Amino acid sequence: MRSLIRTPSGAPPALDPRLLRDVGLVCLAGGIVGSSFGAIAVAGGLPVWVPVVMSLIVYAGSAQFSAVGILLAGGGPFAAAATGLLLNTRTAAFGLAVADVIGRGRLARFVGAHLVTDETVAFALAQRDPTRRRAAFWISGLGLYASWNLCVLGGALAGGALGNTARYGLDAAFPAVLVALVLPALRENTDVRRAALAGAAVALALTPFVPVGVPVLPALTGLLALRRPA
Amino acid sequence: MSATVAAILALAVGTYAFRLVGPLLHGRVELSARVRHLLSSAAVVLLVALLATGAFTEARGFAGWARPLGVLAGGVLAWRRAPFVVVVLGAGATTAALRAAGLG
Repeated sequence: MRSLIRTPSGAPPALDPRLLRDVGLVCLAGGIVGSSFGAIAVAGGLPVWVPVVMSLIVYAGSAQFSAVGILLAGGGPFAAAATGLLLNTRTAAFGLAVADVIGRGRLARFVGAHLVTDETVAFALAQRDPTRRRAAFWISGLGLYASWNLCVLGGALAGGALGNTARYGLDAAFPAVLVALVLPALRENTDVRRAALAGAAVALALTPFVPVGVPVLPALTGLLALRRPA
Repeated sequence: MSATVAAILALAVGTYAFRLVGPLLHGRVELSARVRHLLSSAAVVLLVALLATGAFTEARGFAGWARPLGVLAGGVLAWRRAPFVVVVLGAGATTAALRAAGLG
C-alpha cells in the first residue's frame, strides 16, 4: 500500500487528461444507472420528487436502489431506511481512509464527506501521490454527484425509455471499474492482496445467508491476514 | 407519504453521519502509521469484497454467468495494463454479448 503521508501543499494539481477521461466514463455509466433509478422509482408509482430528493441527500446508488425496491414492494419505510443504512455503513470506513485526501478546511470536510462513494475512494486511492489523490477525489466526487443527480431527474421525468440496462452489460461495468482501480494496489502489495482475497471469499460465502449489503462488512476479517509491518 | 419522507431523511442523515466520521476526526486524532495502513488496506478489502459480490451475486443468489465472465474479461484486460476505458467497456461489452447469445 502506498504511503498516505501528506506533503506540504505545493503546486495546484495538474488536470491529468487521462484522469478526466476515466472519470468522464464513470460519470457516463453512473448517469445511465441514475436515469434507470429515476425511471424505476417513478414507473413503480413513486412521485418524481422521491428519487430526486433521495439522490441529492442520500447519494448512494446501491442504498437508493434497495430502499426504493423495498418501498415499492410494500416492505415499509422502516425496512427501507434500515437496509439502506446497513449498506452504507461501509462509507464510515471509506471516510476514515480518505480523510486526509479530503482536506482540513471546514467546508472541505462537510462537502467532501457527502461525496464519499465506492468510486471516489477507488479513484483517490489509485493515484500515486497526495496531490493527485486529492484532485482525483474532488474531480470524481463533483463530477459523479452532478451526473448522478441530473440523470436521476432526467430518468424520473422521462420514464423507462432506456429499458433494461442489463442488456448493455452495465451491471458488469461497475465491478470492472473497481477491478481497474484497485488492481495497482493489489499488484504491488502481496499482503493487501491476501487480505482482500480472504475478505472477498468471506463476503461471497455469507451472501446467501444474510440480508443484502451485510456480507461486505465481515470481509474486513480479511485484514487478519495482514502481517505486522517489520 | 410522511412515513416515506421520514425514511428518506433517516437514511440521508445516517449515511451522512457515517461519511462524516473520518473527515471530522482527521487532524483531531493522531493516527499511527500502522493504523493508517490498516485503514487504507480496509478500503481496498471493502472495494474488493464489493466488486466480488457485485460480480457474482444478485439479491442473495447467483447473478448468472454473463456478468462474472464480463468482469473477468475486464480483469484480464486490466491485468494486461489496458487503459481504464478499455477495461470498463470490455467488461460491459462481453456481458452484453454473452446475454445477446442467450447466456443468463
